[in-house]
Amino acid sequence: MKLSGAEIIVQFLKDEGVEHVFGYPGGAVLHIYDAIFQQDAVRHILVRHEQGAVHAADGYARATGKPGVALVTSGPGATNAVTGIATAYMDSIPMVVLTGQVISPYIGSDAFQEVDAVGITRPCVKHNFLVKSLKDLQSTLKKAFYIATTGRPGPVVVDIPKDLTDPNIKIPYKYLETIEMRSYQPTVKGHPGQISKAVDLIRTAKRPMIYSGGGVVLGDASEQLIEFTRHLGSPVTNTLMGLGAYPATDPLFVGMLGMHGTYEANMAMHECDVLIAIGARFDDRVTGDVKKFCPGAKIIHLDIDPSSISKNVKVDIPIVGDIKHVLTDMIQQLKTGEPQPDEKALQKWWKQIEQWRGKNCLRYDRNSALIKPQFVIEKLWEVTGGDTFVTSDVGQHQMFAAQFFKFDKPRRWINSGGLGTMGFGLPAAMGVQIAHPSETVSCVTGEASIQMCIQELSTALQYMLPLKIINLNNRYMGMVRQWQEFFYDKRYSHSYMETLPDFVKLAESYGHVGMRIEKPEDVDGALREAMALKDRLVFMDFITDQTENVYPMIAAGKGHNEMHERELA
Amino acid sequence: MRHIISILMENEAGALSRVAGLFSARGYNIESLTVAPTEDASLSRMTIVTTGTEAIIEQITKQLNKLIDVVKLADISEGGHIERELMLIKLRASSNTLREEIKRMADIFNGRILDVTEGTYTVELTGSGEKLDAFIGSLDHSTILETVRSGATGISRGERALQI
Ligand SMILES: Cc1cc2nc3c(=O)[nH]c(=O)nc-3n(C[C@H](O)[C@H](O)[C@H](O)COP(=O)(O)OP(=O)(O)OC[C@H]3O[C@@H](n4cnc5c(N)ncnc54)[C@H](O)[C@@H]3O)c2cc1C
Ligand SMILES: Cc1ncc(C[n+]2csc(CCOP(=O)(O)OP(=O)(O)O)c2C)c(N)n1
Ligand SMILES: [Mg+2]
Repeated sequence: MKLSGAEIIVQFLKDEGVEHVFGYPGGAVLHIYDAIFQQDAVRHILVRHEQGAVHAADGYARATGKPGVALVTSGPGATNAVTGIATAYMDSIPMVVLTGQVISPYIGSDAFQEVDAVGITRPCVKHNFLVKSLKDLQSTLKKAFYIATTGRPGPVVVDIPKDLTDPNIKIPYKYLETIEMRSYQPTVKGHPGQISKAVDLIRTAKRPMIYSGGGVVLGDASEQLIEFTRHLGSPVTNTLMGLGAYPATDPLFVGMLGMHGTYEANMAMHECDVLIAIGARFDDRVTGDVKKFCPGAKIIHLDIDPSSISKNVKVDIPIVGDIKHVLTDMIQQLKTGEPQPDEKALQKWWKQIEQWRGKNCLRYDRNSALIKPQFVIEKLWEVTGGDTFVTSDVGQHQMFAAQFFKFDKPRRWINSGGLGTMGFGLPAAMGVQIAHPSETVSCVTGEASIQMCIQELSTALQYMLPLKIINLNNRYMGMVRQWQEFFYDKRYSHSYMETLPDFVKLAESYGHVGMRIEKPEDVDGALREAMALKDRLVFMDFITDQTENVYPMIAAGKGHNEMHERELA
Repeated sequence: MRHIISILMENEAGALSRVAGLFSARGYNIESLTVAPTEDASLSRMTIVTTGTEAIIEQITKQLNKLIDVVKLADISEGGHIERELMLIKLRASSNTLREEIKRMADIFNGRILDVTEGTYTVELTGSGEKLDAFIGSLDHSTILETVRSGATGISRGERALQI
């Protein structure tokens, strides 16, 4: 089979099992678009802004575990994609982004729509390539997918000069099944010596604590985490990125930890004697002041990326490897050897934890005449029976969703944690819905965030994506306002969202259903009505209490035992 | 502490900027960096001299290892090693006294005079950075017209070898 570069790209994507590409055309990728036009195995989803394409591919990847694929043109197409690429990079999301480039002889001449895409994206990709010749095209694409999806996943950019996609230059093509790279061989199996050291330490634990993160989701190791946790009878917390990896409705789950984590999770971190960190990277939002982090604990850290280990917090027993493999080995050793978990010590530990839990740190005013954002999230959970994908934007609404929606399954909670990208929620939801056409996909957002990629409402109509948008409209950049209230003496500098659009009309003008909900008693009915509109996108504009804050809160630089709590009358 | 990190990497366009970018993005120190292809043209060998606490050096080696183009690396300063730097230095040699003095110092430091003109001598010197510093220190600074140093390269002593 002889194919042009453009045809090779499309054929390779098909052979690689890629079903969807999110993209936006332009001069440098027109040959590729022409090849896309002439087939229907790979479906192209046309977005309205390249940031949307990359976030959609990202949402697709998070919801499925398969690599997301985006296609953008050179110059402004590539620069518009950068926010999306950095978002995926920070959360280790497998993704391949194809960027068009000016023809090879023009590179470096400040040609029309030329940017150094490889240079611009270098710090926010797992790896990137500029393809130099047509014969390298397929192997480069293969490497891109291999790198993106193995080890610690991440985005890979492939920059393709237009002349390499020329329809008149054809070369033989045969799908490359595998590729070897001498410089890239991620570790999978854990070191047996480290594993048995960890097992020995775990056996001595009187107050164990499991701190698990996004790695469990990325590594599809939820089942192993559950088995491991239940065997130990240990409390378990998830980071923002790990939510759903351990079922939130299980009694061993003590909620999210960190800056806006629960009192019980943070206190259990502070008081534990053996901490088992699994696929979590000791982010500053989680650790607070590292000098005050888990003062009495020996720490085991399981991670596939050696550079995650002892980066922020020095650990006692590092294990480099894939969680699924390592936990399987650990469970086997723990179940067979002696001693088994110390029931008496555990009982005492749980008694303490239940006391902390009894403080009910997520309480809020349920008698308010205004809609409380927490209440909307609780209702969303109730109305959907917990059976919905939830994407979110960034701000208070994100934290409320994380705290109040009980995620029982991995890959259901989709948000930008590492970069904290406002504008992520709507396009990510599109990607999720494309991947799972018959599932409910809800996007929890705020009136500021949603406006950052609002144009994607048009994409959602084109592809009939029946998203349920839950806009927690507090007329403020709530998270910014909260910090200004606490740390800047209520000087609300530029955190007020003036001249908001009428979101109902806006949704309608994009061809969707809009609703405005202003009273707590209408929340339930509105959600039910929206969910019943199975084939329509519904934009629910909930007018919420402007003064609500996210509690508990650990201020930057404080320890886990120094939480601010809500004071209720 | 000063460390010498030797890296074998794919001889790919952009590989050098990945390393340089890593150091600047993460705020690591670079004292010097040298790079050239090896006997296997598909591989380059890079030597980086850096300073930092043990924890930082650990992160540097891990982050470097994480770069896809890096095939293998070693912190050669962890064991016995040989370190060499090359310097070319152009000196004013306009009088007999100056010429004699330069020849004498070059002899003492095992340097070689590579180029001679009516008014200048150009000396080649290899050795540790300290030795090169000492040579410069022994000269009358007003006679130095130009110096160029390669930055350090190094290799482990004995059987240990960085190879794939
Ligand atoms: C407004 C805002 C507030 C926030 N507040 C909080 C908060 O209160 N609490 C909180 O937890 N976060 C919070 N975050 C998120 C925070 O910034 C980080 O994104 C998050 O804590 C990182 O999660 P993680 O440690 O699970 O790491 P991830 O970024 O999910 O990284 C996963 C880790 O697992 C490893 N890994 C991946 N795959 C595998 C595998 N197969 N096997 C083994 N290891 C693997 C990776 O190498 C990496 O180290 C907040 C974010 C925002 C925007
Ligand atoms: C692109 C981007 N710009 C700025 C920020 C900083 N930021 C974090 S939260 C926030 C306010 C979000 O407001 P809104 O979407 O209304 O959510 P709320 O906090 O009110 O729930 C801002 C500006 C960000 N995270 N992302
Ligand atoms: Mg808001």
